[in-house]
Amino acid sequence: MAEKSGADILVETLMDLGVDTVFGYPGGAVLPIYDALYEHPKIKHILVRHEQAATHAAEGYARSTGKPGVVLVTSGPGATNAVTGITDALMDSIPMVVITGQVATNLIGTDAFQEADTVGITRHCTKHNYLVKKPSDLAHVVQEAFHIATKGRPGPVVIDIPKNVQVAAAEFSRNAVVDTSRYQPQTEGDFKEINTAVEMIMNAKAPILYTGGGIINSGPKASETLRELAELLGCPVTSTLMGLGAFPASSDKWLGMLGMHGTFEANMAMNKADLVVCLGARFDDRITGRLDAFSPNSKKIHVDIDRSSINKTIRVDLPLVGDVGRVMEQMIAVLKGRRFVTPDHGEWWSRIAGWRATNCLDYPESKTEIMPQEAIRKLWQATHEREPIITTEVGQHQMWAAQHFDFEKPNKWLTSGGLGTMGYGLPAAIGAQLGNPDALVIDIAGEASIQMNIQELGTATQYRLPVKIFILNNEYMGMVRQWQELTYESRYSNSYSDSLPDFVKLAESYDWTGIRIEDPADLEAGIQKMIETDGPVMVDCRVAKLANCYPMIPSGAAHTEMLLSAEDVKGTMDDQAKALV
Amino acid sequence: MHIHEEAVERHVLAVLVDNEAGILARIAGMFTARGYNIESLTVADISEDHAISRITIATNGPPHVIEQIIAQLDRLVPVHSVRDLTESGPHVQRELALVKVAGKGENRIEAMRLADAYRARIVDASTESFIFEITGAPEKIETFVALMREVGLVEVGRTGVVAVSRGPNAG
Repeated sequence: MAEKSGADILVETLMDLGVDTVFGYPGGAVLPIYDALYEHPKIKHILVRHEQAATHAAEGYARSTGKPGVVLVTSGPGATNAVTGITDALMDSIPMVVITGQVATNLIGTDAFQEADTVGITRHCTKHNYLVKKPSDLAHVVQEAFHIATKGRPGPVVIDIPKNVQVAAAEFSRNAVVDTSRYQPQTEGDFKEINTAVEMIMNAKAPILYTGGGIINSGPKASETLRELAELLGCPVTSTLMGLGAFPASSDKWLGMLGMHGTFEANMAMNKADLVVCLGARFDDRITGRLDAFSPNSKKIHVDIDRSSINKTIRVDLPLVGDVGRVMEQMIAVLKGRRFVTPDHGEWWSRIAGWRATNCLDYPESKTEIMPQEAIRKLWQATHEREPIITTEVGQHQMWAAQHFDFEKPNKWLTSGGLGTMGYGLPAAIGAQLGNPDALVIDIAGEASIQMNIQELGTATQYRLPVKIFILNNEYMGMVRQWQELTYESRYSNSYSDSLPDFVKLAESYDWTGIRIEDPADLEAGIQKMIETDGPVMVDCRVAKLANCYPMIPSGAAHTEMLLSAEDVKGTMDDQAKALV
Repeated sequence: MHIHEEAVERHVLAVLVDNEAGILARIAGMFTARGYNIESLTVADISEDHAISRITIATNGPPHVIEQIIAQLDRLVPVHSVRDLTESGPHVQRELALVKVAGKGENRIEAMRLADAYRARIVDASTESFIFEITGAPEKIETFVALMREVGLVEVGRTGVVAVSRGPNAG
């Protein structure tokens, strides 16, 4: 067997695993790997401007293609800068492998230049991590890392490689058999439990499917199966933020998103249902509201590939561990085996129709100001036929996008749900565009969030990526301001976006096209110009400064206690509510 | 505003793990990261080829938290199995302590008498001190150490609990 350097073993193993794109930033402790990449042009390296952006770009690539995202950064600050994106991927279950350089093994622990305890720092924000001490371990570690990152509940895996391990040689043969026996998650649902689930479904009078990101992670087939299941059961479907797109928004079964900024009908239906079937979601606090008031009269079935998600916050009647796509197929097979006839659920649907009549997503109209909700809706109207990939930052614009942009297919909606990372959207759009060169990719942003990774404008320019950024600019960290209105009598402590750049000039300085939209009358034309312009475009859309995002379930409230508009806001809260996130 | 506390139960968990670098930090850190309690934690390599370690964790929490602890442990990649010995039935718990006592006269005689009653062995003696070795369930050690406080306790070292289920089978 031929000997190769650790760096060559790494790069050739990545090629064997089908890696075509790596997001990274060079530095001292990864120079041997970068030198190996120089010899292997088949792997496209995307040079970002900050390591955090490399991780979000990898997430965007992964979420939009279903393939794991790969990141390569140096030791010390390279690794610590990547920590936010690694944590983001853990919270949102995104498959990602992050390769970090490390100081040579004999220097570890000496506070060497650019040394950081990367495995220590990332131990609890990764699904698993490794420090590789011998080049002969590298091939196996890299293969196992990809297996762990992609199988079961996906997540980030860090491989920390000391510089001397990259230089030293070991025997290596391409395409060796991989032993992945150490990690074999259960994908098939237990047959007896599937039958119990089917009986619960058959007895339900007011069932609802509550779906999440797990359906998207399970693959496009799971979204198809969900559609089949919902049609067969004749019941309504709602989804978490992460699950949007798994079920078509145009379906008459669709209730919209649930939770804090979900629709009135979705939250009321969850509250009044007699059976909740949770499919690949995790009863996050943004979904449940006050725990003791969450769906109080329902039986609950929870399908999840991660046993630790079950009974974590909400007690369920039937836990079902398995891949959600596979479990839905099993359920359908048993239902059909029992000659299940789609029930009419007429009474349930008429109650839902009553809640729908609230038109909870309506917003005040204006002829003088652009309403942010209107901007999102117009953006949807102008682009939806092209099935765009939408990324977002975090805040009001994110929730408006979730409420007013309708998705028909999975893998088109990329957002930071669990960690809520401002600065996610632009790098994620870059990653998504690289994975989908012909797609229309739009980052719906706020003027505050976009500045958190604004340096990535340069990355898009360098690789000629025609991403579009649509900024809803209200000159506020709007969600912070909204909470201050709700909770702290409008004492706007540090939530004003002062000293903003001229976004048009900023775009132009990076060789992007900059567009400003200020008048509601120019909204449609401005959006059209954005779509028709070749290359990257940044739109500074000036929207109503004090618009807020409704409906909303305030902290500590039940699903039945939604604020539907600004008139419902009292402006103060008790300490119990203030202490909730 | 006051922070609400829930009633807790004590459970002893036996965890089999790959004997690899960082495993202890991974387990202990998971407990701190998620706000779980560790009463004691012992770890030693137990397999012939030194590939597997057994970690015994005594923890406490409300029942739903104990259930989460087990699920969170179980999903760590290097963890092979997690068994809740408290839940799975009768089991033997043992802990070892070394207890140093110093004193003269009546205290010294009383210390020896108590050590005898608790079947503690003398493993070191000087004219004015003893080190006792005592093995038993944690409650027995607690009681013994409390008694020694009254007769001149200097220091105590405890191993933390190890436990094995009763009967012919593992687990």
